Amino acid sequence: MSESVRQLPEEPAPESVVARYGLLQRAGGILVPILTVVLAFLVGGIVILLTTGSVADTLETYREIFKGSGLSWFFDVGNNSIGIPFTDAHVWFPWDTNEAVSESAANLQQTLILWVPLVLTGLAVAFAFRCGLFNIGGQGQYLAGSIAAVLIATELPKAVALPSFVLIVVCVLGAMIAGAALAGIAGFLKGTVGAHEVITTIMLNWIVIWVGSYLFGVGGPFQTGASSALPSSEDISEKAALPVFWGDPFLQGLHIGFFIALAALVVYSLTLNRTTLGYEVRAVGHNPEGARYGGISVARNYFLAMAIAGLFAGLAGALDILGWQFRLDTTQLQGSQIGFIGIAVALLGRNTALGVGLAGLLFAALQTGTASRNLDPSVFNPELASSLAIIIQGLVVLFVGADVIILLALRRIRRTRARGATA
Amino acid sequence: MKRLPRGWRAIGWAGVVAGVIAAFVALPPISLRSPVPSVVIGLVALTVGIGSWIRGERRIGGYAIAAGVFGFALGYLATRSSLEHLEAAVVWGALFAAMLRYATPLVFASLGGLFSERSGVVNIGLEGMMLTGAFFAIWGADVTGTWTLGLAIGIASGGLMGLLHAFFSISLRADQIVGGTAINFLALGLTSYLFIKLYAREGTPTDLSTIPNISLDFLGNVPVVGNFLDDVFGNLNLMIWAGIALVGAVWVVVFKTPIGLRLRSVGEHPRAADTLGINVYLIRYGAVMLSGMLAAAGGAYLSLGFVTTFEKNMTAGRGFIALAALIFGNWRPVGAATACLLFGFSSALGKTLQEYSTSVSVLFEALPYVLTIIAVAGVIGRSIPPAAVGRPYTKQ
Repeated sequence: MSESVRQLPEEPAPESVVARYGLLQRAGGILVPILTVVLAFLVGGIVILLTTGSVADTLETYREIFKGSGLSWFFDVGNNSIGIPFTDAHVWFPWDTNEAVSESAANLQQTLILWVPLVLTGLAVAFAFRCGLFNIGGQGQYLAGSIAAVLIATELPKAVALPSFVLIVVCVLGAMIAGAALAGIAGFLKGTVGAHEVITTIMLNWIVIWVGSYLFGVGGPFQTGASSALPSSEDISEKAALPVFWGDPFLQGLHIGFFIALAALVVYSLTLNRTTLGYEVRAVGHNPEGARYGGISVARNYFLAMAIAGLFAGLAGALDILGWQFRLDTTQLQGSQIGFIGIAVALLGRNTALGVGLAGLLFAALQTGTASRNLDPSVFNPELASSLAIIIQGLVVLFVGADVIILLALRRIRRTRARGATA
Repeated sequence: MKRLPRGWRAIGWAGVVAGVIAAFVALPPISLRSPVPSVVIGLVALTVGIGSWIRGERRIGGYAIAAGVFGFALGYLATRSSLEHLEAAVVWGALFAAMLRYATPLVFASLGGLFSERSGVVNIGLEGMMLTGAFFAIWGADVTGTWTLGLAIGIASGGLMGLLHAFFSISLRADQIVGGTAINFLALGLTSYLFIKLYAREGTPTDLSTIPNISLDFLGNVPVVGNFLDDVFGNLNLMIWAGIALVGAVWVVVFKTPIGLRLRSVGEHPRAADTLGINVYLIRYGAVMLSGMLAAAGGAYLSLGFVTTFEKNMTAGRGFIALAALIFGNWRPVGAATACLLFGFSSALGKTLQEYSTSVSVLFEALPYVLTIIAVAGVIGRSIPPAAVGRPYTKQ
């Protein structure tokens, strides 16, 4: 037994992740993400081709998925007008917004509803990544936020009568704190005892899933009173529901969380690039030893970066509960993939605000376009299509992870060519 | 055993045993109805644990403290519960047999993960590899008509997943965590796709050739403990015995053979191994593929031996529990297998505790993850990974 040999583990050198990341940042370019997506959709196309057996059907399937995603709405340009809020004035607007029941508009609302949590969990992964941490716990932080939001939104109105706005703010803040606390555990352990954040965040994901299943499962303390066999929370108070600004509030119109997610993208970018905190986080991400030498507390930044990541993911959970789900059941707890897709979003989006926004749109559109209610079964079985969406996500992650080699290959080609030119 | 533990180590172990006894006296078949013995013995375990903790035996002292607290709590709760409930929930033979059933998929997957991580490649794709094995084993058994070929096809599919992970993380030097995440996505997508395509209407066939159970009737004839032995070991699946054998085999291979030494050296210091003429890439490729095959074997047991059907995402996080067991067991075969048994026992106990409350038994599912966080946090002796794990190697 080597019990007596107590060695301190070396600070795990983050070279693999961060060195690679630095290279990517320098290489910049939108080329690799686009190549990645094209390649993933090509492979996905081959899968469809093998299933349907004809190229025309494959193209038709992709076209239907595109239509189902609602992105076709952007091409329906016409001569319309839009009302300016709080006034009676109308101005010209290229797209038809009144037609809330139009199919493409309804689909686009679906896509954008999904875009909100994907962007926020994407930011949760991205922010930690800029600090050299791989936050695989976006899912757990998202669920912790959901659980907190649903608990506050169902229990608090029973105790005190709060105005709608205050209630929503309390729910959102509570969810963000829950997400931050969960992620903070991982950051704290990383900073103090060096426990690898990938391991701790994976474990925390599952702890949250099972604690949530306990809370809302059959016989659990916060299970709905409506039916004893239903493993779900109560519905949240109507006062806590987010206002819908586009579409039918009763048919899942787009809620104001959309603007919160947009704002989060801006906050993310400003925090990283324009604040001392962001500077320190990035310094630690590039080179923890260098940062330490420069007087930056590495442990503190590990904790802060994870906690802030948790804020984003917790916010995602709150907005989904208050604007989209209105309750939380155990199937959703155990089967939701939002936080994991967030990893793909962050990776594809290169951890930049713009990239995360666009990658979020791609994955949200893919999810919505392959959903059973949007895809015509006569074109392609929607159940197959949603599995296909998961395959495409996997391929994107796989190729994104390997893009350093593409860059190295490109560089080598360039260098050989340059050498050939001088010779 | 080279030497028996002495001094505070031995006392610490005694504390662990005392903690177990504290719970045991209150449970059937002894079922003392007074909480006093449990409380007293539990407190002894706690005191002894704190003693050895202070004297420097942190790990074992911590275990003794935990055992004391658990024994105390369990014993107390058991005396509060009615005897009928207790006897329905705590049937030791069934409990241990269930523990072995739950632990076996974990054992295969975590021993698989051991090969990969000992060679220096993080494998969080274990979950996906298990799922792949689970699907293709069923599909193979359906197509070929025999479970042996089904198992072989399942294992081969896991090997291919391992090859994919190896190619991206070793040859292309992609981030291993990203690669593992991708494997999990791909496996989930691919198996659900094929499952819906092939078995959407009526699910997997019910008349499949499945991995058989091994009947050991003679165990019932053993004096005194015969019934108990028969309940636990009398009718176990072939794969459970294979898993038990595998633990020993892996221990021998990893710690007692030249190939195991090479494996470990590649995971600790690839550059040094390379200068000694060991082919780092070859060892890593082999280890990652083997890890995929073993994880798939665990998945195949799940689908073809345990529940004999396939459902979407049927592994439901078992790959991550296996990973947790590997870490909790400090990247050692016996340690990992013990952790799998512990986690399997917690699952089995959780299921029987549904007798009392379905909701509370769900919390038992979280136990493995809590224990693993405690283990990596170093509260009870720290788990230390192989030095080069997670870093791609570039040959110079």
